[in-house]
Amino acid sequence: MSVETPLNRAPITEHFGEAIDDLGFAHGVHAFAAPPEMIVELCRFLKEHPALRFNFLSDICGVDHYPHVPRFEAVYHLYSLPNKWRVRIKCRLGDPPRVASVTGVWRTANWHEREAWDMYGIRFDGHPDLRRIYMWEGFEGFPQRKDFPLRGYKDKLNPFGAEGTPPTQPDLATKNIP
Amino acid sequence: MTEVTELSRPEGEVPHTKEVLLNLGPQHPSTHGVLRLVLELEGEYVARVDPHIGYLHRGTEKLAESFTYTQIFPLTDRLDYLCPPSNNLAFALAVEKLLGIKAPIRAQYIRVLMAELARISGHLLITGALPLDLGAMTALLYAMREREMIMDLFEMISGARMHTSFCRVGGVREDLPDGFFPKIREFCDIFPNRIHDYERLVENNRVFLKRTQGIGVISAEDGIDLGLSGPNLRASGVDWDIRRDEPYEIYDRLNFNVITRDEGDCYARWQCRVEEMRESVRIIEQCLKQMPEGPFQIDMPTVAFPVDKDKVHCSMEALIQHFDLSAYGFKVPKGEVYSAIEAPKGELGFYIISDGSEKPFRMKVRAPSFVNLQALFGASNAHYLADMIAVLGSLDPVMAEVDK
Repeated sequence: MSVETPLNRAPITEHFGEAIDDLGFAHGVHAFAAPPEMIVELCRFLKEHPALRFNFLSDICGVDHYPHVPRFEAVYHLYSLPNKWRVRIKCRLGDPPRVASVTGVWRTANWHEREAWDMYGIRFDGHPDLRRIYMWEGFEGFPQRKDFPLRGYKDKLNPFGAEGTPPTQPDLATKNIP
Repeated sequence: MTEVTELSRPEGEVPHTKEVLLNLGPQHPSTHGVLRLVLELEGEYVARVDPHIGYLHRGTEKLAESFTYTQIFPLTDRLDYLCPPSNNLAFALAVEKLLGIKAPIRAQYIRVLMAELARISGHLLITGALPLDLGAMTALLYAMREREMIMDLFEMISGARMHTSFCRVGGVREDLPDGFFPKIREFCDIFPNRIHDYERLVENNRVFLKRTQGIGVISAEDGIDLGLSGPNLRASGVDWDIRRDEPYEIYDRLNFNVITRDEGDCYARWQCRVEEMRESVRIIEQCLKQMPEGPFQIDMPTVAFPVDKDKVHCSMEALIQHFDLSAYGFKVPKGEVYSAIEAPKGELGFYIISDGSEKPFRMKVRAPSFVNLQALFGASNAHYLADMIAVLGSLDPVMAEVDK
């Protein structure tokens, strides 16, 4: 089990007040919920505040809550190397999902965001190179969404796939370059 | 060292050559799997690297959403196939946190012992493979000889040489077999001398030193910014080891050093791994000394399989328990957990969202190789094409884990 050192929340509540929801501490991680438009500001604050110093971005994870709304979620896991704290930022996104990119805060966000785009179609505004990372160029649809069949869609190369075609997203390009 | 600095491109000087696009891989022996690199070359210099991954994408995360928690263990084996026990352990810990249980002490020792054996086996491969990439074949052959001993130990414990799947939620599959302890003691006696042999093979090899020292330097700030973890980050001087800083299982009872180097070059990353193998042997020896007798699985019929398999044939309750767990799995309380361990490649994290059913609603793997590979972009700018191979080898990505 990880060290259960509670995080010093005072600077966060002081700076952001009501805008950031405190979801409490569980299993060694302190969780916050933030609206998508504040994500970059919050990340930069957490990284640069002298008492917090969350300098390590562990992970960015896309989640599809289909059929609940808001449907999508981007989850950020941060670690503070000096203080040995972990923090989770949950950011609910509508459909189509859009959120600002944190590549300006941590360079490592680049591939995490590309993965979330590839798998869930979460569009990260301001990402320098938002291309698919696992699936091939020209692949249609976002395979980890809950409404994407496990075996994929039936076509010439995939005779065991499900019937039908991936739902088209008129407002989002499903091709390689957004 | 001096010659290496002379060869580096002087600041601001652009060679008068046309840019060339070079495709390296996906079938190339030094890419350690199916990695394709699109390189923009200015003469011999690499101006830009664009790694293309996904050739081995199996959709582990999507598959996991349709598997019960016990069925996911074999999937985790196949992430970093050089050290499956570490992956099993990381996943088991995450589920156990959600359930609010802990494995019995003996099981924890067995898991740590296996994870450390796996760390040695993973590091052994790169100890040999990096010199191989740079043209020194001998080290790999010796490393494989010792790795075989570990494979034999795994086979003794679990019946499988690579994909052990030995962890279960709440313990391990079975107790250590008879005759295991003399075998592993023999390994612990032999192995430290063998590490010395690898060092002697490589330390005086001038070609190897020239091609690794001062090459692919990543500073501590860059390393953190790029999300490096594990030995790759420790080679840049960051003193961070999850085993010590957020001790899981019984690591707080063990005495070991965290190996760091300040140089941050390819050679430092190689050295870090070699030194870590020594520490792993120390940890294994302590585990053997401290391991208590006791159950290897939690006494919790809703989660764990019957300890005595013969009971399934004569006791109705045991039969039902076994059938229920195999056919339907067990329910995990609603909630979410992020649990990270120090895998051989770095921080291996499992983020699991449970909706209260037998299957995870979402399982995200924070694969260390995936993140480490990204640092290739940061490390190999303005390097020779040949040095790129050294940088790639020293970052030690396992493509199965990169592609998930």
